[in-house]
Amino acid sequence: MELSEGGVLENMALRTFKGGVHPRYNKDATFKKPIKNIPSPGQVVIPLHQHTGAPCEPLVKAGDEVKVGQKIGDSKARLTAPVHASVSGKVKAVVNHLQSSGMDGLCVVIESDGLDTPDESIRPRDNADRLGKEELISIIREAGIVGLGGAAFPTYFKLTPPAGKTFDTLVLNGAECEPYLSADHRLMVERPMDVVRGIKLLMKASNVGQAVIGIEENKPDAISALRQAVDGDAKIEIVPLEVKYPQGAEKQLIWAILRREVPSGGLPVDVGVVVNNVGTSVAVKEAVIDSMPLVKRVVTVTGTCVREPQNLRVPIGTSVGDMIEACGGTRIPPKKVILGGPMMGVAQHSTDVPITKGTSGILLLSENEAVLEEPLPCIRCGKCVEVCPMHLMPLSIAGYAEAGRFDDSERFGALDCIECGCCSFICPSHRRLVQGIRLAKAEIRAGQSARRA
Amino acid sequence: MEGSGLIVSSSPHQHTTVSTPIIMSDVILALMPACFAGVWFFRLRALAMMAVCVGSAVITEAALQRLGGKPITVRDYSAAVTGLLLALVLPPDLPLWTGAIGAIFSVAIAKFVFGGLGRNIFNPALIGRAFLLASWPVFMTKWSWPIIQASWIPEFDAVTTATPLVLMKDMGIKAPYANLFFGQVAGCIGETSALAILIGAAYLIYRGHINLRIPLSFIGTVAVLTALFGQDPLFHILAGGLLLGAFFMATDYVTSPVTPKGQIIYGVGCGILVALIRLYGGYPEGTCYAILIMNAATALIERYSIPRKFGEVKRVA
Repeated sequence: MELSEGGVLENMALRTFKGGVHPRYNKDATFKKPIKNIPSPGQVVIPLHQHTGAPCEPLVKAGDEVKVGQKIGDSKARLTAPVHASVSGKVKAVVNHLQSSGMDGLCVVIESDGLDTPDESIRPRDNADRLGKEELISIIREAGIVGLGGAAFPTYFKLTPPAGKTFDTLVLNGAECEPYLSADHRLMVERPMDVVRGIKLLMKASNVGQAVIGIEENKPDAISALRQAVDGDAKIEIVPLEVKYPQGAEKQLIWAILRREVPSGGLPVDVGVVVNNVGTSVAVKEAVIDSMPLVKRVVTVTGTCVREPQNLRVPIGTSVGDMIEACGGTRIPPKKVILGGPMMGVAQHSTDVPITKGTSGILLLSENEAVLEEPLPCIRCGKCVEVCPMHLMPLSIAGYAEAGRFDDSERFGALDCIECGCCSFICPSHRRLVQGIRLAKAEIRAGQSARRA
Repeated sequence: MEGSGLIVSSSPHQHTTVSTPIIMSDVILALMPACFAGVWFFRLRALAMMAVCVGSAVITEAALQRLGGKPITVRDYSAAVTGLLLALVLPPDLPLWTGAIGAIFSVAIAKFVFGGLGRNIFNPALIGRAFLLASWPVFMTKWSWPIIQASWIPEFDAVTTATPLVLMKDMGIKAPYANLFFGQVAGCIGETSALAILIGAAYLIYRGHINLRIPLSFIGTVAVLTALFGQDPLFHILAGGLLLGAFFMATDYVTSPVTPKGQIIYGVGCGILVALIRLYGGYPEGTCYAILIMNAATALIERYSIPRKFGEVKRVA
């Protein structure tokens, strides 16, 4: 497909996908607030497994001195991502600690010396422009970069197409369609040059000739900042998208921008596309140009309970509790603490969990907002069918799952579900559709691996 | 977990505020113009019938749930909707006790026996009407005209047994559009005024509770078929229960397909049946039976109209 040259906003109807919902966006509290760096916390807890793939083995032990950017965990597995110290100081322990998944996992606990001394290896690269594709991918791997949109899939792996397949387009995800979150928005507004620099590096690493940045049109400041930063480069196009959830879901984003349909069970590479988040692009720039691994990220801390909602740039491993404190604490006691946004985020039972590379937000909901309505009978209104961005029938998949008929759930496309939550959001009977579909997926996958075994 | 007091639940954590009781009360609100028209034309008889039907439906549901030891759910307004819809498709002169029996039958047999809200196969209000038509056919076909003069009907009698569809079928007399549009004709309490029904329908569409697939394919099919068979399509759209049926009965969530393609097939099916019954059947009007027959086909239609999944390259049958 040919990309139009500029003027997209003026000349074309906004691109989008079929289905989706319009939740209240609730971004007002933070989207105008500049990203704030906070003093390093006294202690960080860095999980050795915060990405899709194999967990890392620790490379340090209790008592070791570490510096910012020093690698503290890695693995020999094909799919993994190393982790690095995000503060300088002394390793207090390598222990099991509660993580955002709700389960314990091995973590490196570092007591900060408050100096943030960078590792000796951190020196700006002067040969960045001469680096080849392989070198770039290796730098990105060593820097521990994963998708910062939430899925935390290792970026180096994504940039290497499987044998026989190639990329032709890089899609940059700046949709930020999750309500409440504004971390990506602020990055695009405040650091557009870094975003674009990262895009150019990603284009080189994935060997593509064109890049498209998709941004929901409710972020005009981000759109114009990036337009300026792109500075007429014909290879990078900015496409404003309709404001609709889940506009930033990979398959929906690709369809909206390029009208290509990722096949069921397939990956974006099957249609020649590699998708990265704008935050990931900034991380790539920092890793390649500044040689700084992924040790910090921007997290939106928000919700009516938070005294002073903020976009904070913090070391990976900072505890949720410390971040809430950095926002002046709570105004009213929270009844629900969510890592991520309200549509796909994970509810926590403690604030003593560290944020990871994939944490885009911390959302605190009050008792009123967190109330769980009792499910009523399904009245077959069909709204879940209308809104499903994968064009599935959530009522059927979840209905069969409830009845234990997982084969039928599979027949109705349970495995195609992206768990965006549109069906549960829209259900007037408060049925827990996504929950039912997740159950079906788990059972189907368990059945599949049992058959393989 | 203990101590923290935090709620841990599966995502999403944000929900629409439009709940089932809100949808049901919106349906009641959307029926208000038709109710007002009914009371305007048929006076207190109409009002009393609505009260009796709604009351009987709600009490029946509460009583059965009480007897069955189940939670009482009349506050979801679904029984009230059933009662009100039934009243609107009954003749204004029907004895009130007959209306009560119809409402009880609707809720007890058509809804409760099938498992309650969301489980019934047939539209409860229409089952109630069909039951009354089978049981008291004389009461159910006696009509009064809300006007005392109609120059376009020879030997006009305000208490005739003829609705516009009967006049058309038996005598070839076509009621003027204006009468049909505003409602100055004989007919069921809530069916005579096209205008009132359309106002309510517009509200339901505006609120996003119904879409146009079923009503348009239903009405469109009736228009095309009646035109093909040499009749006036506009007359057939405005006369009888088609508009109320297409916008308020055929769109009933529980008994119509959830798939977009299925909704169109279902609407076309309703339209074909209405046209066939009106043109060739023994009855002058066929909306009620057409919808009930298509209710029976809903599961089948759904089965063959499952949407193509996003990313599904070839259709797996």
